[in-house]
Amino acid sequence: MRPEALRRRDLLASSAMALVLAACAGPASLPPPAAEAAPFFTAEEAATIAAAVDRLIPPDAATPGGREAGCADFIDRQLAGPYGRSADLYMRPPFAEGIPQQGPQSPLTPARRYRQALAALATYCRNAYAGQEFAQLPPAEQDRILRGLEAGSLHLPGANGHAFFELLLANTMEGFFADPIYGGNRDMAGWRMVGFPGTRYDYRDYVALHNQPYPLPPVGLAGRPAWHQPA
Amino acid sequence: MTRRLAPTDAVIIGFGWTGMIMAEALTAAGLRVVAIERGPMRDTAQSFPPATAPDELRYAIRGDMLLPTAEETITFRNHLDQHALPVRKWGSFLPGSGVGGSGVHWNGHTWRLRPEDFALRSATIARYGRHFIPPDMTIQDWPVSYAELEPFYDGFEYLCGTSGQAGNLRGAIQPGGNPFEGPRARGYPTPPLTMPYGPTLFAEAAAGMGYHPFPLPTGNLSQPYTNPHGVVLGQCSYCGFCERFGCGNYAKASPQTTLLPVLTRRPALSLRTGCEVLRIVTDSTGKRATGVVYVDDKGEEWEQPAELVLLCAFMLDNVRLLLLSGIGAPYEPRAGTGVVGRNYAYQTVSAVQLFFEDKIFNPFIGAGGLGMVVDDFNGDSFDHGPAGFIGGAWLTQLASNGRPILARPTPPGTPRWGAAWKAATAHYYNRSLGLVASGSSSSHRGAFLDLDPGYTDRHGRPLMRMTFDFHPNDLRMSEYVTDRLAGIGRAMGPSRMAVFKRHAPYDIRPYQTTHVVGGAAMGAHPETSVVNRYLQSWDVSNLFVLGGSAFPQNSSYNPTGTIGALALWAASAITGHYLRAPGPLA
Repeated sequence: MRPEALRRRDLLASSAMALVLAACAGPASLPPPAAEAAPFFTAEEAATIAAAVDRLIPPDAATPGGREAGCADFIDRQLAGPYGRSADLYMRPPFAEGIPQQGPQSPLTPARRYRQALAALATYCRNAYAGQEFAQLPPAEQDRILRGLEAGSLHLPGANGHAFFELLLANTMEGFFADPIYGGNRDMAGWRMVGFPGTRYDYRDYVALHNQPYPLPPVGLAGRPAWHQPA
Repeated sequence: MTRRLAPTDAVIIGFGWTGMIMAEALTAAGLRVVAIERGPMRDTAQSFPPATAPDELRYAIRGDMLLPTAEETITFRNHLDQHALPVRKWGSFLPGSGVGGSGVHWNGHTWRLRPEDFALRSATIARYGRHFIPPDMTIQDWPVSYAELEPFYDGFEYLCGTSGQAGNLRGAIQPGGNPFEGPRARGYPTPPLTMPYGPTLFAEAAAGMGYHPFPLPTGNLSQPYTNPHGVVLGQCSYCGFCERFGCGNYAKASPQTTLLPVLTRRPALSLRTGCEVLRIVTDSTGKRATGVVYVDDKGEEWEQPAELVLLCAFMLDNVRLLLLSGIGAPYEPRAGTGVVGRNYAYQTVSAVQLFFEDKIFNPFIGAGGLGMVVDDFNGDSFDHGPAGFIGGAWLTQLASNGRPILARPTPPGTPRWGAAWKAATAHYYNRSLGLVASGSSSSHRGAFLDLDPGYTDRHGRPLMRMTFDFHPNDLRMSEYVTDRLAGIGRAMGPSRMAVFKRHAPYDIRPYQTTHVVGGAAMGAHPETSVVNRYLQSWDVSNLFVLGGSAFPQNSSYNPTGTIGALALWAASAITGHYLRAPGPLA
């Protein structure tokens, strides 16, 4: 059996465990389930996001990029869940435009913002690049588009490109650095890049060792990949 | 239809720090108590064990411990002439929800106010004259002194097992402690935490400049501790998942780790979670509370009659419930009349970020209150007359965490993404330190709370409306102390430094501090306060209002130590005096 398939099986097992725990302890303690399917994006949307996260976090010799680290899968799963529909947020109207320091006032949930902006981006790319999609463009062109969205200088038809960029950047960083149970930070690529040991939860033996590297590799809530290899 | 329940002796609204302190005192005095909590039950073993607690996305980013704004939020504006809009996502401050309240996800900083903080107005006039106080500033003396509260500060610290180093024992200055603190009867129950590299460098630089660094007093315990109720707390493991998280080690003082195990064994206490109080009910005179009306998680309404009502919710909810219940005169900012909602205050926080090339700090080794502090530019430690401001700040290097979704500083000018961002993040994650100045906040006429005229909650009740901006006095103070903070930072020898001063307008988006206070201030006169020195309503003598809502302005210090001490002080007045002869205590 391939190691990747093994990991998928273990993820399923940990999801089942979570449900058992939840049945005993109530919803407050339910660990977020590790969703198996890629449930929100269409194939074209997924290709665009995979390309974009690889420009926001490009691969280099030392560390994988956003694509290999699973940032697009992370975003996909987040958008399919309660976060994607702003389940916990105050979403009552009226949605008036305020001053910036009053905070975001949009009626768009994250899921709707992605859907709307990705459609607009697809239209923009087809018009500007002779029918090509974002994912087919050379990296320099992808960067130019992302910089334009970031600066607010590139306007998408019928979508707020700047707000979309800010959301995409925030979600990409979440995916790169969140616990791997959410589908990103694959093989703890983000944590390894900075040297974050994850969920070790006990540094009593190291607090007084000043200016010395921490010696142990990272662990996540579901352990480490090495723990899941066949004996 | 509202169904009426059997009467009880006392009803408690909100089951966090102050609610549990009251529940403990009142059941010990023989009362039957009903506690009503809007959020869910939370306890360590089931809600945040080590297997699930250290999850940055779930707790620090998505806010799983926080009050969902879908349940309740506020509207916000900077000034009276603006249209307030709802806070749809918490940012600047983070109210908790559920059993333990914000005392579950706090950092643990356990401060006492200084003696001069309690006499802020009169001490300022005595030192600098009446005209030194700007005319729109509504700062006032507390109706209680440091000396009166000292035994109750002590009581709260020994309830929590607070780790720290005394600086003033009965008037004798102690080496290694805060020489500017008020005299304490005895030392902290547990010694300070072990300091990692960052706070140590900060303290060395500060001491070299003639300042007086000391370890931050905190409820992350340096060693196991058994409190006076026999509840055992564990040792902090420096896990770096403290603020915004529950502690899986039983090592952070919280209502759960200090009081809940006692209260679950008191048959006189009945706890109802998932139940939200809609209003406090008063009789036809309006001078006496007869109980509360609440709605349960099935949408059914209940009236719980009680002889005594303890309003122990988060400060925003305390003020809102007073307004929704028609208790006390609402503050009218244009006329300057009324008291409920008056004297809202915040804190004025600024920061300095240092970048090094030759040192590593392991920022993930952290605890909520793991830091070294300099208090030389606070209160009356120094002559702030020439600088032209009232107040001050404590300065710190706090090793609280290195959780990488949020804690990955890069030097100014670094792009936010792409190859250059990646290289700088990989390099500086372990080579950067943040310094913070936590500054005071003056109450003033333009900062207040009232009910929003348009936006409503899920039950159709008006949201609280907050009107707030930083007073120019506080920005002058912040400018001054941030320069001092940068001076210490420079002495620590970084290769690069970024200074983040606090500017107006106040912005509800970026996290600053959850220390929102006031709106139901305690005071000596009913014209300028909502509750008396025992936190008893001036208008309804069988109603007590506890928590940060009682602060007449905000000091620089984290408020939980004072909130806990005031709760014990009020509980002592109720059990010692009020229950024998119910009626006004002041």
